[in-house]
Amino acid sequence: MFSFCAEPKTLEGVTWLACYLTTGKHIAFYGSFITVMVLIAITAPVALLFGFGGATAARSTIAPLRWFGKGYTAIVRGIPDIAFFLFFVIALDQAFEFLRHKVLCPEWTDPIRQGNDFVVCSAAKLPLSSSPQWVHETYGFFLAVLTFAIVFGAFAANVLYGGMRAVPRGQLETAEAYGMSRRQTFWRILVPQMWVYALPGLSNLWMILIKATPLLFLLGVEDIVYWARELGGSKTQVFSYPHGDWRLYYFLGLLVFYLALTKVSEVALAKLMARLTKGQATMGGEAQRKAVAS
Amino acid sequence: MNACLQTIADYSFRSIGFGERLLPKTDFTLCQQFTLIGSGMLWNIYFGLIALIAGFFLATAIAVAKNSNSYWVRKPAEWFIFLFRGSPLFIQFFLAYETFVLLPKVGVDINLGFTEITAETRWLTKAWLGAAIVLFLNTAAYSGEIFYGALKSVPKGDVEAADAYGLSGWPRFKRIIWPTMLRLAWPAYTNEAIFLFHATTLVFFSGFPAWQQRGDALYYANYFADKTFNPFVPYPILGFYFIILTLCVIGVYGLINKRLNRHLPENQRQRIKVRPQIIR
Repeated sequence: MFSFCAEPKTLEGVTWLACYLTTGKHIAFYGSFITVMVLIAITAPVALLFGFGGATAARSTIAPLRWFGKGYTAIVRGIPDIAFFLFFVIALDQAFEFLRHKVLCPEWTDPIRQGNDFVVCSAAKLPLSSSPQWVHETYGFFLAVLTFAIVFGAFAANVLYGGMRAVPRGQLETAEAYGMSRRQTFWRILVPQMWVYALPGLSNLWMILIKATPLLFLLGVEDIVYWARELGGSKTQVFSYPHGDWRLYYFLGLLVFYLALTKVSEVALAKLMARLTKGQATMGGEAQRKAVAS
Repeated sequence: MNACLQTIADYSFRSIGFGERLLPKTDFTLCQQFTLIGSGMLWNIYFGLIALIAGFFLATAIAVAKNSNSYWVRKPAEWFIFLFRGSPLFIQFFLAYETFVLLPKVGVDINLGFTEITAETRWLTKAWLGAAIVLFLNTAAYSGEIFYGALKSVPKGDVEAADAYGLSGWPRFKRIIWPTMLRLAWPAYTNEAIFLFHATTLVFFSGFPAWQQRGDALYYANYFADKTFNPFVPYPILGFYFIILTLCVIGVYGLINKRLNRHLPENQRQRIKVRPQIIR
């Protein structure tokens, strides 16, 4: 990075630290913070979409669709989320390869599960073994995002389902009395009103999502936990920057990062809630009105 | 059938070091997967119970401290709750493990009356103590916040009535405030207990090594999924065990809830509703 970093062994003090903190691996470490942010930024809307789909399906009048929706919202109730993370990463990968295998190699007759192996034709491999490294990494990240979205979609479906049920029944009856169809009632009356009721649950979910991001490490993505372990481990004289076991300091850094992230979110969500409550006929809205009046 | 009984005899206590030493390597049967994953559940139950029982008392203390008027009592409680609720449990495990590894290796003799044991700091790097401590502190913070919320909503009239009866200080807390606080907090606390049990699955994936392959249920489920490359068998088995465990937790907490609510008319009792919105 800096010109004086050519001979790391001769450096001392602040210059040593400056050089140490700007090595290529450290740049990758800082980049992994962006990976985490990107994961949150992609997962949140996708999970919300999944959740909306799940909640809508759970309210459907078509029985199989309703069962699917109810089943989807129920999966997270009794089973640890980490089990889902570990499960979906392999299951999704195998599902994709299986589908491609069926499409690309129809002439293949051998069974796919041979004992303890999962064998698909080489054209169906994901990613292709000839692909460059970045494709493998992107595919891994994509699987992780999809896994997160499925699991958090189930959580969001729960929250949104509750939000939909919290909309006063009279509102829907009025809409029906005005002659609106089911579809019109849903889109014009139910959906615009449910967000206020769902927001506390959704903000809770946002905090949970932030705190679940270190699980990326378990899904095989080179995230901040991976780099903290990698960089913090003791380095012998073979390395340019030898040091002892510094993992504690790296993890302290991660702790501060997460505490800051949750604190900032907490403040921002409180502001958003205050904004959405403004003028609402709820206790919160009434309290705001009184505070201004007095 | 007999082979399965043999497997159960060999592996049902494998996770705590009894029975067959080597894990199955090839030709995994359904019976082996059920037995070993079930054996791992012993760890999940152990961690959950230890953390819940010990955490309950610390949580009460923290809730009272956070409700205190004194700045020097309130602030530490607030910081404690913020520290453990604001950061991922996963990071807390890593951090605790790295801290425990760096501690000087010393032993302290503890006289138990009938025998003398040496408590050593290196025990802290083992999951059975180190991870239990992290889970204990973590659940204390989460439950502390729940109890604090309940403490805030204890009806004013109850406290005034206690004053009128001449109760104050410790007797007033013990006989009036504390039971009401528990009653109000209980549905939320049930959820906390359920998700604490779920959180115990993180232990062996976060720094703490599984010594001699003695791991928890998820550790074995992951082992089978890695070896067979088939996630569709071990993870549903794990899910099956956890659903049973969750139902047991709801059952036990429901009984306590009933007792806490027994003086109330039927229509004022609080029902326990599972609201799966808490992961760490």
